[in-house]
Amino acid sequence: MTTSPSDPAAGAGPAADLAVVGAGPAGLAAAVTAAALGLTVTLLDAGARPGGQYYRHPDPALGATRPQALHHDWKAFTGREAELRAYERAGRVRHLPNRQVWSVTGSGADWTVHSRTDDEAGQPVRARAVLFATGAYERQLPFPGWTLPGVVGAGGAQAMLKSGLVLPGTGVPPARAKPRARGRVVVAGSGPLLLAVAASLAAAGARVPAVVEAAGYGPYARHTGTLLRNPAKLAEGARYGGALLRHRVRPLLRHAVVEAHGTDRVEAVTVARLDHDWRPLPGTGRRIPCDALAVGHGLVPELSLATALGCATRTAADGTAALVLTPGLRTSVPGVWAAGETGGIGGAQLALTEGEIAAHSIAGRAVPAALVRRRARLRAFADAMGAAHRPGGGWTGWLPEETAVCRCEEVPAGRIREAVEELGATDARTVKLLTRAGMGWCQGRVCGPAVAALAGGGPAADRRPLACPVRLGELAELPVD
Amino acid sequence: MPNRHSPDVVIIGAGVVGAACAYYAARSGLTVAVVDRGPVAGGTTGAGEGNLLVSDKEAGPELDLALLSTRLWRELSAALPPETEYEPKGGLVVAPDEPALQALRTFAEGQRKAGVTAAEIPADRLADLEPHLAPGLAGGFHYPQDAQVQPAQAAARLLAASGAALHLGEEVTAILRGPAGAVRGVRTPRRELLAPAVVNAAGTWGGEAARLAGVHLPVLPRRGFVLVTEPLPRVVRHKVYAADYIADVASGSAALQSSAVVEGTPGGPVLIGATRERVGFDRSLSTEALRRLAAQATALFPVLAGVQVLRAYHGFRPYLPDHLPAIGPDPRVPGLHHACGHEGAGIGLAPATGALVAAALTGAEPPLDPAPFRPERDFGPADAPTQEQQS
Repeated sequence: MTTSPSDPAAGAGPAADLAVVGAGPAGLAAAVTAAALGLTVTLLDAGARPGGQYYRHPDPALGATRPQALHHDWKAFTGREAELRAYERAGRVRHLPNRQVWSVTGSGADWTVHSRTDDEAGQPVRARAVLFATGAYERQLPFPGWTLPGVVGAGGAQAMLKSGLVLPGTGVPPARAKPRARGRVVVAGSGPLLLAVAASLAAAGARVPAVVEAAGYGPYARHTGTLLRNPAKLAEGARYGGALLRHRVRPLLRHAVVEAHGTDRVEAVTVARLDHDWRPLPGTGRRIPCDALAVGHGLVPELSLATALGCATRTAADGTAALVLTPGLRTSVPGVWAAGETGGIGGAQLALTEGEIAAHSIAGRAVPAALVRRRARLRAFADAMGAAHRPGGGWTGWLPEETAVCRCEEVPAGRIREAVEELGATDARTVKLLTRAGMGWCQGRVCGPAVAALAGGGPAADRRPLACPVRLGELAELPVD
Repeated sequence: MPNRHSPDVVIIGAGVVGAACAYYAARSGLTVAVVDRGPVAGGTTGAGEGNLLVSDKEAGPELDLALLSTRLWRELSAALPPETEYEPKGGLVVAPDEPALQALRTFAEGQRKAGVTAAEIPADRLADLEPHLAPGLAGGFHYPQDAQVQPAQAAARLLAASGAALHLGEEVTAILRGPAGAVRGVRTPRRELLAPAVVNAAGTWGGEAARLAGVHLPVLPRRGFVLVTEPLPRVVRHKVYAADYIADVASGSAALQSSAVVEGTPGGPVLIGATRERVGFDRSLSTEALRRLAAQATALFPVLAGVQVLRAYHGFRPYLPDHLPAIGPDPRVPGLHHACGHEGAGIGLAPATGALVAAALTGAEPPLDPAPFRPERDFGPADAPTQEQQS
């Protein structure tokens, strides 16, 4: 190891006014706004460059010249990244890339952020306030065949396009793919991301035989006012819709992929019609050949660090657990703020806005009214979308007993149902204790929503005192307390 | 809603101790209902490592209880499904230097007289038992009776085998008593369960349950952290710990103590536990606790330094000031029985506790002398109400 965290002299240095965890839209906006308001900021992020899961950068070796083509509002990012670099040079912001934060400890105005790089322990970071901008991960609802090669997350497909410029189903950049080799990618699941993914795939040259959306768009009608107050969002949706029409792709509503077929990799999917509670209707299945399936059911806030500190959670409109936040984006724990997806899934625009609001709140400044209004409008839109695409309880009807729910520990649905129906598990945690579902490498990030649904309870808020794996040797060399 | 078929006994607590009480009560011919405000194994059982240890107990009543449990667990392993993961893997206690080894010899001699099998392992033979153990240790003792179960499965399977009626997610809000003071059942938000006997198997929350019946039982929480590594091939074969663990277990100090017990599991991960500290029900992560566990585990097994820790979790051991559980009828409230306060040994001591409670419920001959575990005993000066009972 090149650093020695057990040497106090090599430790944190003076405490920053603010530690921001996550350099996606929310964290980046918060860091530069806080710096502009006079705070010293340490920004920690797992990525090599800021931008998070949303603003992604192609590998330089790919020689991409127009990453903005796959991004909405790329300028909102580049402007803030330039500000970040300027504040770094001025010594106001310390940006620590490639850092996985595994725990935040402390209270009041004295916090320590514990992190690691791929190779070694990071020096603990001290700060007087903490902002969690830890983003989200994809919500997966399992079905037979979902572990076949060629089945990827919808968000993952988008990320592959943005950062690797790779088409799922081909493994090569679209520009290098011969027309016949350009894969057929079925896009399925639920949520506004599906249209964006399908449009990006089609624009990159993939054929999209079907976009399969489990919800109807009927629920949107209940929120007409909210939708009309968000013309930019409507235009975004219309743009995707228009792009899809040009590629002759029409969303199949109230349908789901109930099985993926194939031996070495996915070769086809069965799509079935759903009732209003997402239960597949018998006899409605039909087979669609494809080379890849991009499937996702929206996003789940990543709350491990926040819940480890005791931050209170609520069930959001989309059925996920999100942090309880004040209008100033304080969590229930004094000295801890959160912005972006952690407070409920809402997208990059909302995250940028919330990052700026949180920075004002942390700096003790009045939050500009325009930010407050924009947040209210975007949150209402997100809630309307979340409610419309919240999974119906009937989806477990497409999950036979033998299908693996927890991929890490290979726990089939039948064992989870046994734990619930016969062994007295009434929540996801007890299912985990009895079946090992959620005990593997991903710590339940993939199977968590499915296990919670099978356990019959509400969403289980993340509960991971270690937010990511840490080597035992690194823990052994922590500073002595 | 009154229950049409009132049970013979209501057990408060669906952890491993409540489950064992249910199992042995049902085997004695009683009808049983189990009530818990959470799920099965939702409290300290679910946070346990599943240790069935005789090695860490000095000669005395707790060791007698552990030895009886060792026999009962072996019987249960044949009666319960394999998911219980009973594994008689044995324990290995190592001494870093000659004075520690001498202390360990004296300790083991007392245990042998009480019926424990303990074999001294000279330094040059330690590697035969544990090839990855650090060099330079003075020697150790092998305890073949030490074993392990998967604690949540053990509780769930004992409950299922008992045939008890389960009322999960229902908190007992009152222990009902008749005009003469005897218990006549419990109340939950959903029902009254009438029964002539109530067993307090509420673990770390046993003091609260006792209070519902109007009696004082000073159960305190003693927090412990456990580290869980990535799945590994079998690098650790026994339950391995350093001799100073024994002093920590017996200590009543509030300060953080730790001496790592390192062991492999059938699932692959290595478990490293556990710290002991009296900090009330504080759920925040202690990096100092993790540091000590990690440092001690890597000192025992240097090969683990590069291994990833996937999880850390904590639990609250139910701790009574004299380190003995409270088991048996409470003469202050006729019909009330206690089965709690097992500190870090509840999984191991559960069957013997259940057998004792079942004997008391049916008036049968107890399998061992229950007197040391009398719940109304004098807990001494340490039994002063402290902040830790709050929260």
